[in-house]
Amino acid sequence: MALGLEASLGNTVITTRLDEVINWGRQYSLWPFIFGTACCAIEFMSAAASQHDISRFGAEVVRFSPRQADLLLVCGTISYKQAPILKRIYEQIPDPKWVVAMGACASSGGIYDNYCTVQGIDTIIPVDVYISGCPPRPEAILDALIKIQEQIKTESVLIDRHKDFKGILD
Amino acid sequence: MNATALEKIQAAFPDATCKAVLDSVVIDVQPENLEKTLSRLKNDAAFNCGLMVDVTAIDYLDHPQRRQTRFSVVYTLRNWQEGLLVQVRTPVADPDQGVATATHLWGSAVWGEREVYDQYGIRFQGHPDLRRILNHWQFEGHPLRKDYSIYKGQVCYQTDSLEKEIRARLLENGVDETTMQDINTEIMFLNIGPSHPATHGAIRILTALDGETILANVNEIGYLHRGFEKTAENRTYNQVIPLTDRLNYCSSMINNIAYAKAVESWLGVEITERAKFMRVVLTEFYRVLDHLVCLAAALVDMGGLTNYWYLYNEKEAAYDFISRLTGARLTSSFTRIGGMYRDFYEGWEGDLEIQLRGIEKGIGDALKLVDTNRIVHDRTQGVCVVSAETALSYGFTGPVLRASGVPFDLRKDAPYYNYESFDFEVPVGTNGDIYDRFMIRFYEMAQSIRIIRQAIKHIPTGPVNVNNSQVCLPPKQQVYNNIEGLANHFKLVFEGVKTPQGEWYDSFEAANGELGFHFVSDGSGKPYKLKVRPPCFYIMGGFHKMVEGNMIADAVINLSCINIIGGELDR
Repeated sequence: MALGLEASLGNTVITTRLDEVINWGRQYSLWPFIFGTACCAIEFMSAAASQHDISRFGAEVVRFSPRQADLLLVCGTISYKQAPILKRIYEQIPDPKWVVAMGACASSGGIYDNYCTVQGIDTIIPVDVYISGCPPRPEAILDALIKIQEQIKTESVLIDRHKDFKGILD
Repeated sequence: MNATALEKIQAAFPDATCKAVLDSVVIDVQPENLEKTLSRLKNDAAFNCGLMVDVTAIDYLDHPQRRQTRFSVVYTLRNWQEGLLVQVRTPVADPDQGVATATHLWGSAVWGEREVYDQYGIRFQGHPDLRRILNHWQFEGHPLRKDYSIYKGQVCYQTDSLEKEIRARLLENGVDETTMQDINTEIMFLNIGPSHPATHGAIRILTALDGETILANVNEIGYLHRGFEKTAENRTYNQVIPLTDRLNYCSSMINNIAYAKAVESWLGVEITERAKFMRVVLTEFYRVLDHLVCLAAALVDMGGLTNYWYLYNEKEAAYDFISRLTGARLTSSFTRIGGMYRDFYEGWEGDLEIQLRGIEKGIGDALKLVDTNRIVHDRTQGVCVVSAETALSYGFTGPVLRASGVPFDLRKDAPYYNYESFDFEVPVGTNGDIYDRFMIRFYEMAQSIRIIRQAIKHIPTGPVNVNNSQVCLPPKQQVYNNIEGLANHFKLVFEGVKTPQGEWYDSFEAANGELGFHFVSDGSGKPYKLKVRPPCFYIMGGFHKMVEGNMIADAVINLSCINIIGGELDR
């Protein structure tokens, strides 16, 4: 979360007012990285296409490089074979970053309760918003986006989120 | 046809026991005769089985009927010209010893046998590259063995480097250190995926490049392996239908229908005429949708984003019709064993016609930008060419095979659901390049729309489910008002549709090619074994044959024009 300012300024009126400006900016310029593995990625395509149009919420600049993104959208089943890659991608996204687990598989393993499927990506990386559905409708993706925006509104540059997270690959 | 095929095969292999199962002839051979039998079936002009459709194994550990050996290996072969389908089955005494490989006969055996090794731990003597394919390299044990618990997950900490494999592939292509010194260059290794926009899912493509030319290519799949086959063994037949949705999720209903057809064919259930027509209409509609997504994505990869909107918007519009019909957008789960979930709603013909017109307009708009576009022609014509022999050897089916000039289409060659009475053509390519693979999908969409219009005109009225209490749920009226109906409902839901003991293979022309299901039944309401023959698994197995010698940018558009769908590829 840090900008480097807080070290010298501390928790003062300047940083708290700064929070509002920064959060406002971050809220409406999310750049999503689509970690699309399965069916949910097709529904993300629908969310991005004309009818639902994700750009109305300021998140249409889809990046396929984690270095240029700040919102990780995990669309689809994550298998144990895929897990180290997901973790690597997450680590490559610069802070601040947010994660959405889209669909039943990413949230909990879904109907695949078996030897090869990770039972929810929150065992590997921290997740901010979960979307239910198999696959979720495009409207649900937009809803998750609004939830992330609301969450950003309450954050502060002084607090590092998910600092102590430990997953199965750590 | 089957009786004569059986006689012919029995006469040619007097030592083996042959029997006819559905459309196929099953030959039981001893392991020492396996290689001889397979090579005769392939090379003898009388059989000419040029297509190795699938290879799988069966673990009889929990099967009620005891066998001499725990494992068997089954090869499924096809002579596409005469519609001959042969399964060669051999017992495996010792899985570590295994059986002889068939990789020298068919290229498709390379990946097919790797999968059997990965899932069952059966070795193939003489296989050039026997290692895991679906599960990760740190995995221990073999998940489809009956004594492997379905819940025993194993964490993977690191991805495989594939360095050994790419170096071996370079040597195979005749590139060694001295050649590189001669031409005074350095090989660059470039890895694409598994998380890369060009891979449309999770596939890893590793290439060795000289400049931009691909010298060698090795691919890794299995990133979306979600244990379809193991999960299916723990579900009743009807409970498997939602899992089939998620195989090729761009055309989910085709999987539903193919699966239901495979079970019904073994049960001997003849579905009602209306259900058959419904299935034809929906199959063809989904074939169009699948091709729309494939082409939209392929054109984006080529740099034409406008086409994407023309084509994808029609797919998006079609979801309105689908959700009105099935209640879901993507994963329909619309079939049941013995029929459909429900009939069409009132006024569906009008809605469908509107969709079809929209699709035709979308295709027309996209074609206007593509058909005479010099850039598209230059990028696709004569690029990534696959000959008919290579395509057949690697087990290609569907549009990709037809692009190489092989007119094999199950709807024509082994018709089901009255396909023989519909008036349609099978487009066939001439060069087997990207352009052909591309255009064939455009033409197939037009043919599918033709079929749908004919089917709408001739669809009969009547029930959509068979009147058979062993297969279909009774009407709710009976369930709520009398005890027989209630008991019937209860037993069908809890125990599942009971299938007679046996093994069978049934196939279907899906959007990507031959979608086959190999079942083993122990007489209960759950499949003892269910192996899917996914069309794109084998197409991906021949990917290196398409791209080696071409440019790296061509590999990207080649991947999108063969329509690899992760759910089906890795299951």
